[in-house]
Amino acid sequence: MSTETAPSTVNSGKASMQDAIKENLREYGLVLALVVIMLFFGYMTNGILFLPVNLTNVVLQNSYIIVMALGMLLVIVAGHIDLSVGAVAGFVGAVAAILMVDFGVNPLLAGLLCIALGGAIGGVQGYFIAFMKIPSFIVTLAGMLVFKGLLLNVLSGRSVGPFPPLFQLLSAGFIPDVIGRWTIVAPTLNAAGNPMPGTGIVLHSTTMVIGVLIVAVMLYFALASRRSRESHGYNAEPFVFFVLKNLVLAGIILFLMYKFASFRGLPNVLVVMGLLIGVFVFVTKRMTFGRRIYAMGGNEKASKLSGIHTERLTFMIFVIMGMLAALAGLIYSARLNMATPKAGAGLELDVIAAVFVGGASALGGVGQVMGAVIGAFIMGVMNNGMGIMGINIDWQQVIKGLVLLGAVAFDLYNKKKA
Amino acid sequence: MNDTILEMRGITKTFPGVKALQDVNLDVRAGEILAVVGENGAGKSTLMKVLSGVYPFGDYSGEIRYFGQENRFSGIHDSERVGIVIIHQELALVPLLSIAENIFLGNEQARFGVIDWNLVRTKAAALLRKVGLREDPDTLVTNIGTGKQQLVEIAKALAKDVKLLILDEPTASLSEKDSEALLNLLLEFKAQGMSCILISHKLNEVKKVADRVTVIRDGRTIETMDKDAITEDRIITSMVGRSLEDRYPARTPKIGETIFEVKNWVVHHPIHPERQIIKGINLNVRKGEVVGIAGLMGAGRTEFAMSVFGRSYGTGISGEVYLHGKPADTSTVGRAIDAGLAYATEDRKTYGLNLIDHIKHNVTLAHLQGVSRSGVIDDMAEVKVANDYRRRTNIRSSSVYQITGNLSGGNQQKVVLSKWLFSKPDVLILDEPTRGIDVGAKYEIYGIINQLADEGKGVLVISSEMPELLGICDRIYVLNEGRIVGELGREEASQEKIMRAIVRGEERAVQ
Repeated sequence: MSTETAPSTVNSGKASMQDAIKENLREYGLVLALVVIMLFFGYMTNGILFLPVNLTNVVLQNSYIIVMALGMLLVIVAGHIDLSVGAVAGFVGAVAAILMVDFGVNPLLAGLLCIALGGAIGGVQGYFIAFMKIPSFIVTLAGMLVFKGLLLNVLSGRSVGPFPPLFQLLSAGFIPDVIGRWTIVAPTLNAAGNPMPGTGIVLHSTTMVIGVLIVAVMLYFALASRRSRESHGYNAEPFVFFVLKNLVLAGIILFLMYKFASFRGLPNVLVVMGLLIGVFVFVTKRMTFGRRIYAMGGNEKASKLSGIHTERLTFMIFVIMGMLAALAGLIYSARLNMATPKAGAGLELDVIAAVFVGGASALGGVGQVMGAVIGAFIMGVMNNGMGIMGINIDWQQVIKGLVLLGAVAFDLYNKKKA
Repeated sequence: MNDTILEMRGITKTFPGVKALQDVNLDVRAGEILAVVGENGAGKSTLMKVLSGVYPFGDYSGEIRYFGQENRFSGIHDSERVGIVIIHQELALVPLLSIAENIFLGNEQARFGVIDWNLVRTKAAALLRKVGLREDPDTLVTNIGTGKQQLVEIAKALAKDVKLLILDEPTASLSEKDSEALLNLLLEFKAQGMSCILISHKLNEVKKVADRVTVIRDGRTIETMDKDAITEDRIITSMVGRSLEDRYPARTPKIGETIFEVKNWVVHHPIHPERQIIKGINLNVRKGEVVGIAGLMGAGRTEFAMSVFGRSYGTGISGEVYLHGKPADTSTVGRAIDAGLAYATEDRKTYGLNLIDHIKHNVTLAHLQGVSRSGVIDDMAEVKVANDYRRRTNIRSSSVYQITGNLSGGNQQKVVLSKWLFSKPDVLILDEPTRGIDVGAKYEIYGIINQLADEGKGVLVISSEMPELLGICDRIYVLNEGRIVGELGREEASQEKIMRAIVRGEERAVQ
């Protein structure tokens, strides 16, 4: 079957090493930036950054930002913006607290109700944006004011907490170690007979197994897609490069998993996040729904004339955004273990910054889910690292602002050159 | 030779990987109109960008001598200062500013940053008189038609004390009447001693106004001919590098039963619903038939097509659409596509393509279900479809992953056509399918149209170029002021009869 396609392969030749490096630098440039930033702060903090407990913390601190960044990516690719997500997250967190603490509603039921509430809020805003054609900037600015106000109103100045233990697990829990702990180097015991922290290596083996499985699945799909490309006669990157790239990625994943395993295992919230990221990558890269969002962001009029229901699509994007903002609100309040009147304030800016650092275009039509996730981690690691270094919060803000500007400027400069 | 005002010698300009211009020579004499013609992608626009300083000195090699002096422009400001002004194909006017404000945009009549509005109005009025535009200088540009906007652009150029005016496809979006007026204006300027470079695809225009024609092909100057040597055939031969025996490929029509029919179609204006734009149109297309819609700009051709295709234009729409003799629901674009209708827009950049995405994604956009299952896209199937259509419509690109915004007009049009071919329609409405594209690409597109008809599809072609309609259509409807004012078979149709139908229609409207 490949006899027909063979000549075209010969004509265009295999992609050269140089092309492959160039292509991948563009694709994995952000990963590289994240690694460099992590190494830098690792060095500046004498390795504190890489302590298992701290890496776990980085994930917990940024989980709600990343959850919202997934939705925000769709919103921004579609050519819109959502300024209300912080206020919505805060408001939904408060509603969850009142349901569970004041009314004793079952945490699972309360969680589902709250996500539905977020979807409804997103739907209302989406209605005004999609069908009434009011600019999203204005609608969601209004939404931000409204839900900030409602948050104050429902809490009437108090903080509500603590949450039932089951709910706290969302942010404070770790996956159970069904296999059992795996002692590699026995820790030194102190006088009381308890293990001394920082000595010995005891691993959360379920986490390690999951890590290995993830790497295996990743490699399988990478190989399968390479095979499929080759069998159809399209260029694949040089094999050496392919192997190196995947080994490095696998190494990074295993390294992080090892770190988690040597603390308390995978945080629950990381599992939730990982699943969501997987779903969003799939939807944006492989599904018609995602394709239509990119088309609409690139040229709304042309998309409309190609039979895409742009209004309905916009509406759905805001419903999804609302649901994710609600989920983020739940994670946020579970982490604090209470709902406060200041919850969620200013989060929208971190979320939007993450998406732009991740390479999305403010004009719409351009942006990647993984970009937004890595963008969020870049900002998160910087926060964390600067915090450990004891840099004042005022300078932290300045530096983060400059990084955002620099990242986008660098991105534009690269595109111009290409 | 001392009346030569501009000499470009040995201009070479390379982009990464491509030689856009190679040793191009061009000269312009005082008080002449020089036409520059060439296929899209031949390098005309690049050459003009070199001349006007968009590509600064050092970006290209070669020499530009202007009034005997070598010029090294570092930006568009430098070229404008010495009186070289370029008017781009896409007008650079700010729609929500007044005519006067637009004329002096970037050239404000101000002292210490404070604008002298009286001076602005007086000067603007004088300039408008010069270009023959009777409009109040305070009118917003958005409120005047494209033809008049073109005149505002020229007035803007005059305000800069222009000595050499460059016009890039100035009549591409003008009606015949407006084009005529514009060309006469150029002749008038010429009589006053201004020089002009005219880039055009319309060979009849070139023949009418140009003193000399320079032909560019594949980034090289092919030849420059003097006025008495200019013939359309010779221009075409040098442009495409081969002689085109016939500009329209031959076809033996095999016409079957009626496949598409519109009855009593009425459409009202979207903003002023009391205004009727389409006033009861009846028409039909048969299997294997190419049917044309002729008419002047503003006759309602595009409005008709878009209102039929998913009510994409207008309000208060009434009438029936039949496909294969059965009533068809075309009330949304999605339903119209499902019913077997396709509409390729006249404005590919605004309504046709996602210019920031590549060919592959554009080709499948109107029929994603054709490459997906339960909402999941099969990447390999999509690549295959894109490659098939790229080959079938002969899109010239490095691969299907080339960004459509970087393609030439003709190739962009082929991507639009591919998109609609892939949606597997029974009836295609092609709105100005060859606007702004070169002779070679036009021929290819006519070939595609013929092939579609041979496959038994119905094709409805809207075009402002009457020779084109006469060349490819089996039957032509003449549309004027929202009404069908004539229907002509292939044998009887002629430019004269079409114009007569339009004029008669206008007379009837006056009575």
